Amino acid sequence: MSDLTDLTLTEAADGLARGDFSSLDLTEAFLAAMEARRDLNAFITETPDIARDRARASDARRAEGATRGRLDGLPYAAKDLYCTEAVPTTAGSHILDGFVPTYESTVTANLRDAGMVMLGKANLDEFAMGSSNVTSHHGPVRNPWGPRNGKDLVPGGSSGGSAAAVAARLAPAAIGTDTGGSIRQPAAFCGIVGLKPTYGRCSRWGIVAFASSLDQAGPMTRTVADAALLLGGMASHDPRDSTSVPVPVPDYIAALAGGARGLRVGIPGDYAVDGMPSEIKALWEAGAGWLGEAGAEIVDVALPHTRYALPTYYIIAPAEASSNLARYDGVRFGLRVPGDSLETMYENTRGAGFGAEVRRRVLIGTYALSSGYYDAYYLKAQRVRARIAEDFRRAFETVDLLLTPTAPSAAFAIGDKEDDPIAMYLNDVFTVPTSLAGLPGISVPAGLSGDGLPLGLHLIGKPFDESTLLRAAGVLERTADFRASASV
Amino acid sequence: MPYLIEGHSGDWEVIVGLEVHAQAITESKLFSGAATAFGGAPNSHVSLVDAAMPGMLPVINRRAVEQAVRTGLGLRAKINKISVFERKNYFYADLPPGYQISQYQHPIVGEGTVTLDLPDGTTREVGIERLHMEQDAGKSLHDRDPDRTFVDLNRAGVPLMEIVSKPDIRGPEEAGAYLRKLRAILRYLGTCDGNMEEGSMRCDVNVSVRKAGDADLRTRTEIKNVNSVRFVMQAIEYEAARQVEVYEDGGQVVQETRLFNAQTGETKSMRSKEHAHDYRYFPDPDLLPLVLDDGFVSEIAATLPELPDDKKRRFIDDLGLSSYDASVLVAERETADYFERAATGRDAKLVANWVITNLFGALNKMGKDIADSPVPADHLGQLADLVANGTLSSRIAKEVFETMLETGRAPGAIVEEKGLRQVSDSGALEAMVDQVIAANPDQAEQFRQGNRKVAGWFVGQVMKLSKGQANPGMVNRILSEKLGG
Repeated sequence: MSDLTDLTLTEAADGLARGDFSSLDLTEAFLAAMEARRDLNAFITETPDIARDRARASDARRAEGATRGRLDGLPYAAKDLYCTEAVPTTAGSHILDGFVPTYESTVTANLRDAGMVMLGKANLDEFAMGSSNVTSHHGPVRNPWGPRNGKDLVPGGSSGGSAAAVAARLAPAAIGTDTGGSIRQPAAFCGIVGLKPTYGRCSRWGIVAFASSLDQAGPMTRTVADAALLLGGMASHDPRDSTSVPVPVPDYIAALAGGARGLRVGIPGDYAVDGMPSEIKALWEAGAGWLGEAGAEIVDVALPHTRYALPTYYIIAPAEASSNLARYDGVRFGLRVPGDSLETMYENTRGAGFGAEVRRRVLIGTYALSSGYYDAYYLKAQRVRARIAEDFRRAFETVDLLLTPTAPSAAFAIGDKEDDPIAMYLNDVFTVPTSLAGLPGISVPAGLSGDGLPLGLHLIGKPFDESTLLRAAGVLERTADFRASASV
Repeated sequence: MPYLIEGHSGDWEVIVGLEVHAQAITESKLFSGAATAFGGAPNSHVSLVDAAMPGMLPVINRRAVEQAVRTGLGLRAKINKISVFERKNYFYADLPPGYQISQYQHPIVGEGTVTLDLPDGTTREVGIERLHMEQDAGKSLHDRDPDRTFVDLNRAGVPLMEIVSKPDIRGPEEAGAYLRKLRAILRYLGTCDGNMEEGSMRCDVNVSVRKAGDADLRTRTEIKNVNSVRFVMQAIEYEAARQVEVYEDGGQVVQETRLFNAQTGETKSMRSKEHAHDYRYFPDPDLLPLVLDDGFVSEIAATLPELPDDKKRRFIDDLGLSSYDASVLVAERETADYFERAATGRDAKLVANWVITNLFGALNKMGKDIADSPVPADHLGQLADLVANGTLSSRIAKEVFETMLETGRAPGAIVEEKGLRQVSDSGALEAMVDQVIAANPDQAEQFRQGNRKVAGWFVGQVMKLSKGQANPGMVNRILSEKLGG
């Protein structure tokens, strides 16, 4: 038996089905790996007891022939933005110190009910605000591909702990959340697959909110097939989330069959931003070539409002966040720093509880919604957002998918860009438009940078057409034949 | 007659607009499944959503939307097929999410009308600007502990309908009439119990004054959270007089929020800090725009009850009641229903008279509502029948009514038991008349000589002899026959 932690989610499912090993064997292997790589700081809370209990229960079900399906017994890591019953949930923030939910998010409940085994709560940027995982109150996560030139690398963010855990074989899969690129960019930085589904595909109920109109849960895995498998378990229509959409969840595994033949793939020239590194550009062209060789028709498309996406995002997301984070006030849960009046208590608590990046975004968002500025910022951003969505709608009249790079660079060193928020925000330049339009996007590891670091290609699909997205991502995966792995 | 304030410089007109917060009758809260029931131990009706726990999301309560639409239809208002919930952001300990979900730019109900029934029997229309839905906040209890404030979230998230009038109200009397009429409409509709003591109806009062005859509005002040019809009227009276005094002393009225003190009957300014909010309204991204389809609205329209104005018209046109009687009877749905049950198939004016004059008076004395009336509607109707068919004289009927109030028994049974049936048997009456004439020859002589005054005295004597049961009309006739009147 090879090392169990080398197995993909799909391989592990096959092994469980064949009886090659038990869920407990699998779980123990990953728990041991987690322990061995605590230096990565990929987890905020490890949950070995829950993991072993659930693994044993899964094995018992299997022994009785009462297994709950392909996901039963498979371990995974949950970004610590998902509220988990009786397990501390921090959102990477000091302000949620001591907060232990009495409830389970819909997505983690779906996975629990499918028999999956939660290994722990993965590190993240504070309240999912960041692209490097350095804003976490619980410290930065190290990218398992590093260090390079004596420096530790960021795993990307905000789902940095989830990406690092999968890349370092500490979990066969993880779940992240993506608001402007928080699944896809760290997936690219860590050489794994990351899928942001269509807005409304997975329930947001029980996920600590960052920007409600953008947040979406998604799988982070080693392979496209694993992403398909995990998404099938996560997705559901949830009456408790008014923005969850009542559409059936298709069989994503079945959707993987078939190649690129007949697909029309658009290349948006507007994504060729100034100063795009040549290796990124070259990979993008290579990706188009691979899909073309596999039978897809490659066409140029225009998305003329692309360049307004980043500023639009950095109005809308902070505006929503400024309101969503008002509930962290020291009154009912989490941190409270006393003061001699209610106002002082608020100021003390929020001043001490929120890190610099969160405070920055709350300030930006409060400003953008303020009387006298609302029309110029928030309202205008909403109008631009509609234009961006309209660009995509029009493009999808002629193509099935769009291909872009995932991020403008490979992973950078921890500490870089920290003093330059604009440079940091540019990390999401290729992923943010999709988020604003609510469209599904997937990052597939497709090549290496000059420094030998992974680079991702990004496919964008039509609303609720994750099936076609996964099918084309599978083609990219096979043709790119990405075999490099982190220095585990 | 218009309400005017006499000043040194001439007459001043009072302009009032009311914002009424009416709690919609629902089982559960506007965006959560927690109960809305009044009372209950502190924090016993609180869901994870109401407490704004991380990751919790609001889901609109369909019943609350129905109630808002029903109310809009009752106010003869435009129903907006698309409305939007927005967040009104401010920090307070009893507002767990740090924002109140409310409707701002796109309310569910647009312009409508309320018809006031004024004491002189005339009517006047007051425009409704809008009705929007919003959630209530919780309650901060500052008086339970010297050092701490306690928070009760039972009310947090309770559905409110904010009904905003146009500045069409002229003075305290009209404001009172407006509130009573609005409350009647809400109660008829079953959308709000209108109970101001329990806080299920609260009122913000906007007041300004202007020289009688002026067209432009002057600066208004807003008196927050006044919780009875009487206090609203008092607050307007005080505030309008205060504003007139300010102007006449050469000052300017400041746009501000004021509080009404029920003990002193005065309004005083709230410190500016308490209302210097920038609420940063924006559409709540957790909720989609509320879209109503035609079927939803027409289904509610089809189940709308007859409203006070229509009922009043019907009472006047079909039952022949006076405008005043009709207004009084329709003011409460329970009263109107009682009256109709009692009046069906009978002389409606007679029944109306019994309800308004006798029953209301008695209930008032007992401090009871019509719902707790010891006299059921069918009994009152039967009593009216006994009067109408001559079985009871109206004097005896009143006695029977007193017994009905005390015992709750049917009038027929009381009449039988006490033998109170009016004597209309002419033989028996003749015998009694003869007896009285024989006993009073002097008065009989006066009668014969045409002294009409003693006629009444004779009737009285016969009534006394019959213990009030003689039919007075017949006694009169027999007397005239016997004494040649």
